[in-house]
Amino acid sequence: MQTDAKKCVRDVDRSFYDFKDAENASFKTSAGLTPEVVSQISDEKHDPDWMREFRQRSLKIYESLDIPDWGPPIDGLNMDDIVTYVRPDTAMRGKWSEVPEDIKNTFERLGIPEAERKSLAGVGAQYDSEVVYHNVKEEVAAQGVVYTDMESALTGEYREMVREHFMKLVPPTDHKFAALHGAVWSGGSFVYVPPGVKVDIPLQSYFRLNAPGAGQFEHTLIIVDKGADLHFIEGCSAPKYSVANLHAGCVELFVGEGARLRYSTIENWSKNMYNLNTKRAVIEKDGIMEWVSGSFGSHTSYLYPMTILKGDGSRMEYTGITFAGKGQQLDTGAKVAHSGRGTSSHIVAKSISKSGGECVFRSSVTVAEGAVNTRSSVSCDSLMLDSDSRSDTIPAMDIRNASSDIGHEARIGRISDDAVFYLMSRGLSEEDSRAMIVSGFAEPVAKELPLEYAVEMNNLIKLEMDNG
Amino acid sequence: MSDELLRVEKLCVTVDGNRILNGLDLTVRPGETHVIMGPNGAGKSTLGNVIMGNPVYSVDSGRIFFDGLDITDMKTDERAKLGIFISFQSPQEVPGVTLEEFMRASRSAVTGKPLKVFAFQKELRSVMDTLSMDHSYAGRDLNVGFSGGEKKKAEILQMLMMGPRLAILDETDSGLDVDAVKIVSEGIRHFKKEDNSLIIITHNARILEGLDVDHTHILSKGRITRNGDASLVDEIEREGFKALEEEEQV
Repeated sequence: MQTDAKKCVRDVDRSFYDFKDAENASFKTSAGLTPEVVSQISDEKHDPDWMREFRQRSLKIYESLDIPDWGPPIDGLNMDDIVTYVRPDTAMRGKWSEVPEDIKNTFERLGIPEAERKSLAGVGAQYDSEVVYHNVKEEVAAQGVVYTDMESALTGEYREMVREHFMKLVPPTDHKFAALHGAVWSGGSFVYVPPGVKVDIPLQSYFRLNAPGAGQFEHTLIIVDKGADLHFIEGCSAPKYSVANLHAGCVELFVGEGARLRYSTIENWSKNMYNLNTKRAVIEKDGIMEWVSGSFGSHTSYLYPMTILKGDGSRMEYTGITFAGKGQQLDTGAKVAHSGRGTSSHIVAKSISKSGGECVFRSSVTVAEGAVNTRSSVSCDSLMLDSDSRSDTIPAMDIRNASSDIGHEARIGRISDDAVFYLMSRGLSEEDSRAMIVSGFAEPVAKELPLEYAVEMNNLIKLEMDNG
Repeated sequence: MSDELLRVEKLCVTVDGNRILNGLDLTVRPGETHVIMGPNGAGKSTLGNVIMGNPVYSVDSGRIFFDGLDITDMKTDERAKLGIFISFQSPQEVPGVTLEEFMRASRSAVTGKPLKVFAFQKELRSVMDTLSMDHSYAGRDLNVGFSGGEKKKAEILQMLMMGPRLAILDETDSGLDVDAVKIVSEGIRHFKKEDNSLIIITHNARILEGLDVDHTHILSKGRITRNGDASLVDEIEREGFKALEEEEQV
């Protein structure tokens, strides 16, 4: 009789992302964080005065705040070692042919220009601290859609709108890394969709961090005006280095009355990355926010997209999957604050942990007293592929009225031996059987992703098996 | 081909430290239909699982041969590739994997060849028709939310799609209504048209209607306690296991 061989699903295969370019920066700050370094960044970026002040104020807040002590440890991250600003040796281009060869090749290998040709309305590509490519299809621009890098937005036609919204949803006082972001942010995208405009195909920004020991602090600001509709995709990756890298991006999303925004992310940072990212959306009356989130990479992640359902009848859906392999601590989840009447939230999260990886799912649902007739459901399914791995679910709820309908369920399980035997009895190998069960587990999330990202996710979960 | 398709020799099996099979012998030749009956807890399902290689059960002694090959230590998927199939009493539910995807993966694994997708789709739907299964089941998650009867039909569908040489049907009739038993029996007859062998583990003679039973065995306390032909089935139906076992001991 066969013995119970210790076979298991392999860690996410990251080799695809693990190529690096020679350092090609034209300018970088010295490591660490001082008012001088922040001021240097302002000089480099030709900040307007209000932004100069904003950065310095944020730095002071940063210095006054403590490192969060409630999540996975981040002692491996020493801010004195992090280079906060690395300018690649190029200006932003609107044609791939004008982007320097090595940087262009990087994005070619990640499939970005190809995806742009096939299935995207516009693309932004950031390399280290600056956006190196930005382009939006003419017909989309003709609808009045603005899609540009944050620096251009800051001084361009929409500068007042940017100033009015920038870090208003996620103020620097929110937490230490939001303050850090306020001080040293660089790059990212600005999107404005005018009232009633439906953008049929997605816009995508891709963030690539090439420089070792650096931080990436891109700022994404999206305003979807009344009755408009947008799908925005965000992708991230980096090659692996032996020193810690830091990602502390900030995403602020404003969804107008009756508007809809879908925000999809596939995050595949390398395993030396500390991913301390903040995402927040505020939704007006009858607006819809949809989050689709895949977290596969990083050494340590703190990531909890938050939705404020401000307007009556506004809705949110969150669908997310987290895969933690060896040495990874991925602390993810979703927050929702119901303040309008008759609002609804629906959170579905999946996590997979293996080879000692740790997944924590945190959810927070708050319902204000006046948010009558709220509906909220949270469900979290965790799969542990071996006994070394960990999975936790930490739900929090604060419900202030009696007319709301709130549900929560969590399941933590392992791959059932009976199920493996069942699939094997139909001729599938043990490895393929396990892979099929794991991809079936992930399927509800995969089907929410844009096709090319579903394919990428399948590559990512790369369900190859190990003969252990 | 050996003239013995399956030979089980003096098989002793334990699970969780309990001896379930205790020196069981069984020989099945190509084209034969065997019926195994016996009281609850006699080890009938264990026998099916052990022939398929379920690692939960450990073989303490004895051997299992398939087509002359010693398969006692062989992995389950290798046994499936040799042409052994079991229709489970309670098939597992696998969320996120559709019945069709699963059957496709199974077909490619067993044949080792890339699949001709359109031909396969057509074949699957035509077999579903013979089992009066709605085509929508092809796109549903494997066994998830299927009724007892639908699960059994899906098992028979898998049997017909895989075309094994030996099919073990473990209580395939349990929990089925009269109409479903008819449909499932029809599926089994379809399978038996060719020179395939069957081991039918059952409590119930109904599923055997229209099948030519060659051998009937009573399995009790981990061993075959009585062998007979098709008429033994009727005898058991009339008199019950108890009387027959006592007769054996006299």
